[in-house]
Amino acid sequence: MASEAHTETTRRDFIYIGAGAVGAVGVAGAVWPLIDQMNPDASVLALASIEVDLSSIETGQSVTVKWRGSPVFIRNRTEKEIEEALAVPMDELKDPETDEQRTKPGHENWLVMIGICTHLGCVPVGNAGDYDGWFCPCHGSQYDTAGRIRKGPAPKNLVVPPYDFLNDTLIKIG
Amino acid sequence: MSGNSTYTPSSGIEKWLDERLPIIRFSKEHLMDFPTPKNLNYWWTFGAILAFCLVVQIATGIVLAMHFTPNVDMAFDSVEHIRRDVNFGRIIQGTHAVGASMFFAAVYIHIFRGLYYGSYKAPREVLWILGVIILVLMMATAFMGYVLPWGQMSFWAATVITNIFAAIPIVGEPILQLLRGGFAVGNPTLNRFFSLHYLLPFVIAAVVALHIWALHVPGNNNPTGVSVKDDRDTLPFHPYFTMKDLFAIVVFLIPFAWFVFFAPDILGHPDNYIRANPLVTPAHIVPEWYFLPFYAILRAIDFNILFIDSKLGGVIFFAGSLLILFFVPWLDRSKVRSGSFRPLFRPFYWLFILNFFLLMYLGAQPAEGTYVLLAKISTAYYFIYFLVILPLLSWIERPAPLPASINEAVLAKSKSA
Repeated sequence: MASEAHTETTRRDFIYIGAGAVGAVGVAGAVWPLIDQMNPDASVLALASIEVDLSSIETGQSVTVKWRGSPVFIRNRTEKEIEEALAVPMDELKDPETDEQRTKPGHENWLVMIGICTHLGCVPVGNAGDYDGWFCPCHGSQYDTAGRIRKGPAPKNLVVPPYDFLNDTLIKIG
Repeated sequence: MSGNSTYTPSSGIEKWLDERLPIIRFSKEHLMDFPTPKNLNYWWTFGAILAFCLVVQIATGIVLAMHFTPNVDMAFDSVEHIRRDVNFGRIIQGTHAVGASMFFAAVYIHIFRGLYYGSYKAPREVLWILGVIILVLMMATAFMGYVLPWGQMSFWAATVITNIFAAIPIVGEPILQLLRGGFAVGNPTLNRFFSLHYLLPFVIAAVVALHIWALHVPGNNNPTGVSVKDDRDTLPFHPYFTMKDLFAIVVFLIPFAWFVFFAPDILGHPDNYIRANPLVTPAHIVPEWYFLPFYAILRAIDFNILFIDSKLGGVIFFAGSLLILFFVPWLDRSKVRSGSFRPLFRPFYWLFILNFFLLMYLGAQPAEGTYVLLAKISTAYYFIYFLVILPLLSWIERPAPLPASINEAVLAKSKSA
């Protein structure tokens, strides 16, 4: 079935390409739901904010609460810890942030952070490491008393989640 | 190497079938008559051993799926239920868990054999690449299987390994959520891992079929690396190599059975008998032994490289340590396949093997002190071996004289013995 070779573009070529393109779009449209179903579903997204009562947390104590399936550290810092955090020069930091940027004005003793190491997602251990802050047992990242990365493979400071003080002893995370 | 069949249909029914679906002819050609170099040593039995391992994993896995519940509240208990209550469950679960370790032990030997005898060289590049694809699929399957019992190590392995994808700039975070189905590892993650853990072994089986197909086009490499020249170099696969492979499988089953019956948990980690707790990371997390070398490479990069931060850097080296295997056929330009005739290659090769085990050791140690430095040196050698030493050797090495044929090599050996 040797057909005559022709080089000029015909209307049939257009139909071939057009049909192929429409087919590709159709396949992509059919595949998308099969991929998107893997994303967080409505029930997961519905649990996006929580309220935490701080009144029972004494100075020097930490609690861990669960927010969106992840641990959140809430620490009532001591004067010494705050001073240590304020005393750190910015150029010593891998991910420079001041202590003020990581706390809410008027509530500088409260440190609220997602307790997930920014390296590969382990939960760091509190009151540990060379900087009196947090130490990640997985790959040895060390955070200071403001949760800033000081040593080890983690690239970023512990993440401060969006939160607000509703009153002096109640915060809303998320 | 087709057309070596001596098959003549002996009955009317066979002749009828042969004209419609020549499946008997195909089987006889590829499973019985296939000409196989007669000098293959026992390192060549690991192909059959691996096929056996895959069958064991699929058979025990299908059975385990009949009793396992992929739900965060029930998964841990259901595995314990299998081990305590299900008839023979203790042995079936033990075989599946130990089987993963034995599978990896065999695949590493198989790969090291290929690296020594130059089995990746022309015309076997595609065969080699398919093998590397199988390795990657095996790693994914083993990882997801390890998550299913939902112990502490399961949970934190899932967290750390999925987090690797978060290192990818811009799209990392969306990919992470897509993989986990949530903001953290949870029930959706366990469910999909179970689904994929069931799927992937069959994908592996399909790629194994391609791997064997790609093997049967050029035929086996052999310890001399010299290509097959005529009939005197080969023997039919059956019965010579079927029996040899079966014997090797029996020997392989001895340590396998020892682990299953006497120490089913020795290769695992006791922390995985603690139920998963998303709020507490175990003090010392380590992957299964077969992932340790790659884990050591991941951890070794704890410094920023130009604009690449340490996290992405570690992930790049981790992925690179596997991806580099795809390019080995083009990095090693030496015309001589077998390491037996490459005097300069051999010390570097054995150093590479030693280095692989050193990485395995370092991956299990805490990331501190000398271990960190050693891991960096070890990681460097892993890459230098492939990227510098192999290409350079092909320029400067003077290989030893090759035997004229496989047959002559065999005769010379029996004469000197």
